[in-house]
Amino acid sequence: MKPADYMNPYLAGFLLGLLLLATIFITGRGLGASGAVKSGVVATANSVAPNHTNSSTFYKEYNKEHQEGPLKNWLVFEVIGVVIGAFVSGLISNRLKFTLEHSPKITSRIRIVGAIIGGLLFGLGSQLGRGCTSGSALSGMAVMSTGGLITMMAIFGGAYIFAYFFRKLWI
Amino acid sequence: MAPLVPDIISNELNFLVAFIIGIAFGFILEQAGFSTSKKLVGLFYGYDFTVLRVFFTAGVTAMIGLVFFGYLGWIDMSYVYINPTFLYSALVGGGIMGLGFVIGGFCPGTSVCAAAIGKIDAMWFIFGSFLGVLIFAEGYPMFEELYKAENWGNVQAFDSLNMPMGIFSFLLTFVAIAAFWAVSIIENKINGKPQKKILDLKNYVLLSNVALFLAILTIFMPLKKDNILEKSNDSAMINNLSFDEIDSEELAFRLIDEDENMLLIDVRDTASYNKFNLPNSINTSFENLFDKDTQMKLKLKDVEHIIIAENESDAKKAAFITEQIDVPNVKILAGGLSRFKSDIINFDSLSSAKISHDSFRFRKKAVVKIPELIAKAKLQNKVDPNSKPKRVVGGC
Repeated sequence: MKPADYMNPYLAGFLLGLLLLATIFITGRGLGASGAVKSGVVATANSVAPNHTNSSTFYKEYNKEHQEGPLKNWLVFEVIGVVIGAFVSGLISNRLKFTLEHSPKITSRIRIVGAIIGGLLFGLGSQLGRGCTSGSALSGMAVMSTGGLITMMAIFGGAYIFAYFFRKLWI
Repeated sequence: MAPLVPDIISNELNFLVAFIIGIAFGFILEQAGFSTSKKLVGLFYGYDFTVLRVFFTAGVTAMIGLVFFGYLGWIDMSYVYINPTFLYSALVGGGIMGLGFVIGGFCPGTSVCAAAIGKIDAMWFIFGSFLGVLIFAEGYPMFEELYKAENWGNVQAFDSLNMPMGIFSFLLTFVAIAAFWAVSIIENKINGKPQKKILDLKNYVLLSNVALFLAILTIFMPLKKDNILEKSNDSAMINNLSFDEIDSEELAFRLIDEDENMLLIDVRDTASYNKFNLPNSINTSFENLFDKDTQMKLKLKDVEHIIIAENESDAKKAAFITEQIDVPNVKILAGGLSRFKSDIINFDSLSSAKISHDSFRFRKKAVVKIPELIAKAKLQNKVDPNSKPKRVVGGC
């Protein structure tokens, strides 16, 4: 069966906006994603190298703020939900398939290297930006946070500046 | 009053809420097409602006909704997480994320989404993002200075730009709609042929007008708190209002009687309150009357809420505010605390003021009893002048 069409972007945006509004109304905080990665990193480090995390500033601060353990975190539960929600959506729209998507002009290997480097940069940048596209840019825009809006402009501005140099990866 | 966590929804239940919200989040992102890098980077090369449309529509929808909620007093924004502003860290971090976006083709949320439907490139992206966070964690001493520099606090854009909130929300909505229009033209140019229409022109104009209309409304929708506080500063209007009153003797009698159906709301400053306060009272400023915490204490329908202020006009101001925020059974202490002091606490049985025999007998008793009760209550009523409402911790 052919994959179904994507949802109208304005409708999807409207629904996402309502979801974000409900999230803030219920919990007082917005959506996010990169925070869950941070929880994962700290949890792994705690169990692999407990001596190290007891002495290093970053982990010490994080563990102090998260007394119940890094994985008992709002964003971790949210991201588990994202996996399920996206899977269900893919299932009903016939988009479940193991694929490595890349432009025909590049090899799979280049795509994988690009994905790892891109992920690495996003992971690093999201720590400095105190959140990623969802936690800082989108949720920050909803509450009209100066920092969130600056991060949003920096993400998209930065991407436009660098886009030209990496065009071969995509077009 | 929102946020519902932690009073109405417990912190534990909040994890279940997170899970359910996540399901909806993942579902919408996937349905919008955010599970493919080809679509995500489209906006940087001009061939597909889906991301911009979804992103801005969502941001503007939630923003306008929050302005409405704030105007109606449904949500206490002082509890909502406002992403803090650290200027340099936000700029550098954002720039690095932008670079990561055009190299990796995803952002963290969308990569999770794409991996969930089997995109192998997205799985590698997630692997990379773990490495990126690890680098930050290990190199934290190196990043710390940049990370913490130029801290502006939990500031909002309209304050940074020094404009009313409503003007900002209107402008942002206007920019979003203009961008939607502009990117459709760019898309058609880049792709060399008109794309399948996302919206008929008629519907586009209609929806834009609805959004603009709502955005214009937000100009006239200050936070309920700011709105009421501004009105309450009109002292001529306030002094013309009349409220139910309770006189010094009745208050003294009910204090001696330890009447539990009475709560005193003391609106004097904290220093004066700590120096002298009555039993069974809470201290709050006019502004703090709007706090979620304070309002939770002022809800009981069978309790009389009695405003204590130095003078009657302050009491009326506070009574006006409390009635606006639906506190039941509000009364003011006639003559304010100054009259209560002269009538009861400093009652001089030798003075020649004309009062009835009953009053005289009662006051003679109360002048002993009330100071005892005050001394007893003094310890438990002390207020920490530095206590502030606690914001939810959010972000990533």
